Amino acid sequence: MRRSIPVVAATVGLALTLAACAGSNDEPSGDATSAAPASAATLTVWVDDTRSGPVKEVAKVFEKEKGVTVKFVQKDFGDIRDDFISQVPAGQGPDVIVGAHDWLGKLVQNGVVAPIELGDKASDFLPVATQAMSYDGTLYGLPYSVENIALVKNNALVKDATPATFDDLVAQAKAAGTDYSVLIQQDEKTGDPYHMYPLQTSFGSPVFGTDSTGAYDANKLTLDSDQGRAFAAYLAKLGTEGVVNTSISGDVAKEAFLAGKAPYMITGPWNTGDFAKAGLDISIEKVPSAGGQPSQPFVGVQGFFISSKSKNALLANEFVVNYLGTPDVQLALYQAGGRAPALTAALEQISDDPIVAGFAAVGQDGVPMPSIPAMDTVWADWGATEVAIVNQQGDPAALWNQMTASIAGKIAAA
Amino acid sequence: MTDTSTRPTLTSSGGAPPAPVARSTSWWARQDITRGFWVKLVLVALVDALGVYGVLAAGAQSQWGIVAFLVVALVAVNVVYFSKRMLPAKYLVPGLLFLLVYQVFVVLYTGYTAFTNYGDGHNSTQADAVEAILVQNETRLPDSPAFPLTVISDGDQLGFAVVDAEGAAQMGTAEEPLHPVEAPIENGHVASVNGWITLSFNDILEQQAEVFALRVPISQDPNDGSLRTPDGSTAYVYGSTMVWDEDTQTITDTARDVVYTADQETGTFTSPIGAQLGTGWKVRVGLDNFTKVFTDSTLRGPFVGVLIWTFAFAILSVATTFGLGLFMAIVLNHPKVRGRKIYRSLLIVPYAFPAFLTALVWQGMLNRDFGFVNQTLLGGAHIPWLTDPWLAKVSVLVVNLWLGFPYMFLICTGALQSIPAELYEAGKIDGAKPWRLFRSLTMPLLLVSTAPLLIASFAFNFNNFNVIYLLTEGGPDDLSAPVDVGATDILITFVYRLAFGGVNRQYGLACAVSILIFAIVASISAITFRKTRALEDLI
Repeated sequence: MRRSIPVVAATVGLALTLAACAGSNDEPSGDATSAAPASAATLTVWVDDTRSGPVKEVAKVFEKEKGVTVKFVQKDFGDIRDDFISQVPAGQGPDVIVGAHDWLGKLVQNGVVAPIELGDKASDFLPVATQAMSYDGTLYGLPYSVENIALVKNNALVKDATPATFDDLVAQAKAAGTDYSVLIQQDEKTGDPYHMYPLQTSFGSPVFGTDSTGAYDANKLTLDSDQGRAFAAYLAKLGTEGVVNTSISGDVAKEAFLAGKAPYMITGPWNTGDFAKAGLDISIEKVPSAGGQPSQPFVGVQGFFISSKSKNALLANEFVVNYLGTPDVQLALYQAGGRAPALTAALEQISDDPIVAGFAAVGQDGVPMPSIPAMDTVWADWGATEVAIVNQQGDPAALWNQMTASIAGKIAAA
Repeated sequence: MTDTSTRPTLTSSGGAPPAPVARSTSWWARQDITRGFWVKLVLVALVDALGVYGVLAAGAQSQWGIVAFLVVALVAVNVVYFSKRMLPAKYLVPGLLFLLVYQVFVVLYTGYTAFTNYGDGHNSTQADAVEAILVQNETRLPDSPAFPLTVISDGDQLGFAVVDAEGAAQMGTAEEPLHPVEAPIENGHVASVNGWITLSFNDILEQQAEVFALRVPISQDPNDGSLRTPDGSTAYVYGSTMVWDEDTQTITDTARDVVYTADQETGTFTSPIGAQLGTGWKVRVGLDNFTKVFTDSTLRGPFVGVLIWTFAFAILSVATTFGLGLFMAIVLNHPKVRGRKIYRSLLIVPYAFPAFLTALVWQGMLNRDFGFVNQTLLGGAHIPWLTDPWLAKVSVLVVNLWLGFPYMFLICTGALQSIPAELYEAGKIDGAKPWRLFRSLTMPLLLVSTAPLLIASFAFNFNNFNVIYLLTEGGPDDLSAPVDVGATDILITFVYRLAFGGVNRQYGLACAVSILIFAIVASISAITFRKTRALEDLI
């Protein structure tokens, strides 16, 4: 009998809390019924800070028109890929994420992303955007922006036309008498092959060759070529001349350019907004060729992906294709992040902006950043080797050969 | 809210059975209902509410393991706190529960993962892998038309009604291929089909999984492809190049005529010539991950190098921090030093800053071209503190010394002050010189209380991820090594690179190395703890 009180109390407590929970569970669905035609479906979307505003706006319209709920989880852009890969198999992942096209290899390899069908809309997007969002010939994401780097010129410091070769560019920039000539951001440990890539491709040495369908082929490591070694030698030369310095991080470079300490900087649209805000008179140009061939920057495409285990696949497709793939949303995303829209109609509306048009023109020559899983293997060695070459820590060709051998070994082992 | 609502309900349910009124008053009397009881009731009710919510949430996600754990934990909490006995458990239960969740579970899960090939390409179950491969290889047939779609239902099964390229209505179901049907067309879509109900978008959403999974063959020949819809309003012709056969556990690539067989040893689909499909699944691989560390030539070399440096780093870190801390403590313990309190406070400063912040500041100060050390202290030198393999090792140790010596200074000061002054006087009377006093008196007595802390410090530095990762990220990288490894990588940062680094994520392998690290640290700690017992015999 002594035990009865605790038992009663526990049961009552449990009953109360159960009732409370049941009550709270009822509430949202009750709201939904009063708002619009009834549907219990909830779409979960992962976005980062930059994109959350515009995506939430369109989600409100979607909720109203379809009578569903869209739940947002805000994440760091850099965390989305890995969290998505680990949570989708556990059934905890979202229905839709925002992401970059070069994640695709890993997403497909881990089977977490579902193909998407744009139907007739596919031709409304820039070809490079849909091409980048495809993997093995299958389209997996709705592209929303296209970005690439280019040469940004401070018109106040250099009046003359931009020369046709990189050597002349450096000479012209040095003649301007500023602290730096052409700023190319680096990292003292990991280098920055992304920002060096226009120079590298001007020697005719892409990372991977392509197969018959135009997709990158991990077995064709074209880094390992005479052109690649020629670029390595040129990089060493830039290092000795002090044009490229591994201590110049992205922040240092940006500050220096803002302070008028360099006439040129190789950078992307994410920085030009601040340049314009600071009142700099800038123009966007092609990076002059160093090795004789056209310089090709990497083109990065960002967009939205749908989970392969989404329980709301239909709803997710409807939201992504028919709501996020509209000019208004793409323009709003451009306003929020400064990245040019991937939808041709949206891009045309802002093409009178010389900066957007400038980057877009340079991007025409660009190549999509490889999205095959093997690319993940390349970055670390590639960057660290470029650091060693710039810092004269060995014979450029020998370092380059060591790098290609190491990368090839890792790709074979993976 | 909970409080007020609890009261009346409890009283009424307590007094609800009409007969035993007299007895129920005696319960109350005996239960000694104090204010504390009500506080307890509210707190436990809150815990229960949270727990029940967790049970419901986990149940909705079909996570039965979590449900079972929560139910057991909730019952345990209620029994323990409403019981008159079990006093020790009342103190231990919260800690025990958190220990289970945050320690025991993590340890067991790490242990389990170490015996699997969990990682990129082996991310989930075989069923998921099959589904992913089939989905990836079911593509819209090139140049095939898009059909305006109406989803229809006859109560049992779903069907598609579409408008074909000629503007005529057609319909079909999963069993019945597409065939012409008499139906009115409005706004380019089939409005309704006799005997079928037209589903609205919300009706479709109600059963979107079924609609999404529905494939309507467009003709009797399955190779012509089938209609499916990604959004409920348009249908496209899809063809699949991969066919899964559950009985033989094979996937056949019909386009290239290759049969891939499920290999449960490696968790991949493998063709007779050894080609593999990209997506595999998680399987148990036994001791493979452990043996790989020692037999795989690409891993063994780096592993041994990293292991040696880890020992060097941990031992040198403890030695330098303890040495400097002890020196400072002895100097500032001397009664003749003026302003001891100020010095002591200043010496604690490095300890008071968050370590990760300090490490990042040091990283900036040691920058080759813009760092404070080179620019200001060394007059514009360009010494590659963090990018030269040997200097980076020195830098890491110096920064760790900066971070670690205040702690040693604190514990040494405390230990010194607890040594009775009479012992020194007795020593001096016996004619001992200061060095002798230090060696025979101070050190042994100091080590009695600090030795366990030194062992703890060794174990901490053995896994001191923060300093390494924030300062050098393990770099500068060894460009000639066949795996990603750098000059300052200690085991734990090496594991991090294996698990989350640039190359394929290998969670299984990383877990195996973590277990090896645990074995090393645990055995060293056990041995040294045993040795230090000898020190305690001094007193």
